[in-house]
Amino acid sequence: MSESTIAPQQASTPAQPGDLTDSLVATDVWTDQMLADAGIPVVDVPFVTVGGGIGSFVTVDYLRICGVPTSAMRVLTPLKTPWESYEYLTTVSQIPRGERLRSDSSSCPDNIWGFPSYAVREALQGDLKQAWNVLVEPIFANYYTPRAGHAFESMEKEMHRIRYPEMVVTGQVRMVRRRAGGGYFTVLTPPEGATPTRRIAYRSQWVHIAIGYPGLKFLPDLQRYRSRYGDYSRVVNAYERHEHVYERLHQRPGTILVRGGGIVASRVLQRLIDDRDQRGLQTQIVHLFRTYVDRPHGTGILKRRKGADGWAYQGFNYPKSVWGGQLKQQVRDSEGPERKRLYEEMGGTNTPVRKDWQEQLRRGRAEGWYRVVIGQIDEFRPAGDLVEVTVSTPDQGRHVGTFDAVIDCTGLEADIREHRVLADLLDHSNATRNPVGRLDVGRDFEVTGTRNGGKMYASGSATLGGPFPGVDTFFGLQIAAQEIADDLIRQGFAQKLGPGRSTSQWWKWVRNKQI
Amino acid sequence: MLPTLNGRIQTRVFLLAVVGSIWTLLVTPVLPTGASLGASYGATFSVLLVVLVLGVLWELVYHGLQQFRWEKDWPTLFGLLTGVPEGLLVWFLFAGGALWIDSLSGPAFAIHFVSTWLIVWLVANGPMRVPFIHWRINGGRLI
Repeated sequence: MSESTIAPQQASTPAQPGDLTDSLVATDVWTDQMLADAGIPVVDVPFVTVGGGIGSFVTVDYLRICGVPTSAMRVLTPLKTPWESYEYLTTVSQIPRGERLRSDSSSCPDNIWGFPSYAVREALQGDLKQAWNVLVEPIFANYYTPRAGHAFESMEKEMHRIRYPEMVVTGQVRMVRRRAGGGYFTVLTPPEGATPTRRIAYRSQWVHIAIGYPGLKFLPDLQRYRSRYGDYSRVVNAYERHEHVYERLHQRPGTILVRGGGIVASRVLQRLIDDRDQRGLQTQIVHLFRTYVDRPHGTGILKRRKGADGWAYQGFNYPKSVWGGQLKQQVRDSEGPERKRLYEEMGGTNTPVRKDWQEQLRRGRAEGWYRVVIGQIDEFRPAGDLVEVTVSTPDQGRHVGTFDAVIDCTGLEADIREHRVLADLLDHSNATRNPVGRLDVGRDFEVTGTRNGGKMYASGSATLGGPFPGVDTFFGLQIAAQEIADDLIRQGFAQKLGPGRSTSQWWKWVRNKQI
Repeated sequence: MLPTLNGRIQTRVFLLAVVGSIWTLLVTPVLPTGASLGASYGATFSVLLVVLVLGVLWELVYHGLQQFRWEKDWPTLFGLLTGVPEGLLVWFLFAGGALWIDSLSGPAFAIHFVSTWLIVWLVANGPMRVPFIHWRINGGRLI
């Protein structure tokens, strides 16, 4: 039992009625009486999903289509809309609504069938170029990807169609515990003043955990700089708001260090170069790669990924067949070290090939305002108004440079224990870690070890490393939703989605008929 | 598409047997075969059968080629263009007298083969997912 999960800050100050007690916090399996004694009201509902982001949304969407009524499900969430958190991350990492995501045309979180795909929908609205694109990709065109705004607007439409708002309960989930006699209690902290008690418990047979990224982790050098110099504005991570960096470049010319070789680095470079082109700025860019990929690479002739100019190139964040084809099957059939090896083979930072990005960087190299350095940062130090950066290079020793700002585009995910709902599951509900250290789930996304009369499922980033690799993507969340729904159908909670029901439900989707 | 070998074969057999047969039933009467309706049906369904049987062998080749792709995917365009060698092979077998079909003119064969290929390809790239919601995540397997 860890300190982090047994000491909620409010437990010692029970000013408001209906709060957690020390005894509840310390007990793994709760009885109904324990909650009654603590004065925490209990709400009965068969299925709750915790998180309320896109993972919860697509799961509830699937179950609604399988005939589950809104009264049988609750979405426990602090979010106003399912895409709120996702949109925040895409916006700060330079993908506002008008820009295109990195997602396949038929990965549609508003449509479980993926048909008509986003490209077909754009074509139906007159943009035939998009249909041509999906026809010839990736051979004669870069992969089509939808606009962020298109994904959000279509989700909004589906949200109303399935009467999602009726299922939403606002608040922060504190923990999920097993219930003596079967099922689970999910403890929600509603917004202050919204309810007479500090907590509410949802008693359910099934729980779905979809809390998204456990947290963002910055590299130690960045953390060290911040804690030593207290400067949060000149060395920024691309997943934080950092608009001030671009604004400052509008006021005076500057040199920026960009670190990283992934999609976010691509987008940040595009933003810097777009600003340069559109506003006539004189921004100088130094791009730091830790690993410089100069050619196709891999473990054999049948496993060779494209690469050039420092970047490893791949259409999406995994090789495409993890979402249905050979690699999906292969990983599904693997366990332990074999699965870990497969993850490693297809892992590594990468970015898609996009013509406009290639053109910008080619021009930057030719004109001398985009330069590449290979190495690792040893140290950041403030130097007047600038940041002094020391880089160790593999063959030319240490280099020191000064920059107006550093945009760190490395995105490390925090350990699952950083999220207290997950930490609580590890500490009190027998949940375990998978071969890559995240939450272990089975093929049907049941959280291993937590079965208790009902079942607990999880999907999304926290389950990476499981029998299905592409978990933290639109389609990956839908695949998880399908596996979960199939398992719930077997338990009698939802109706089978055979060809007849599937087709009639699809037709309702086409007509935007509310269900 | 993201097929496994098993999924490729199942999809091929299902789509040609169901979608291909329905289309063949509809289109055969208007083909310029110059033969009786019975003989025309005999010829067009024979073509369909040959495409299906040879197709299973072709799928082995495609699966082999797919192994050289990092993504282990099969781009939409490949699914369309593979109709060219497949159609030519069937036609050469037919024209060379290697098959029992002897009452189908060149234009009738071309119209039938190309239209069937296009329809099957279109269905595989979208509508198939409507009734068979598990199909695309199961590598094209139906069972």
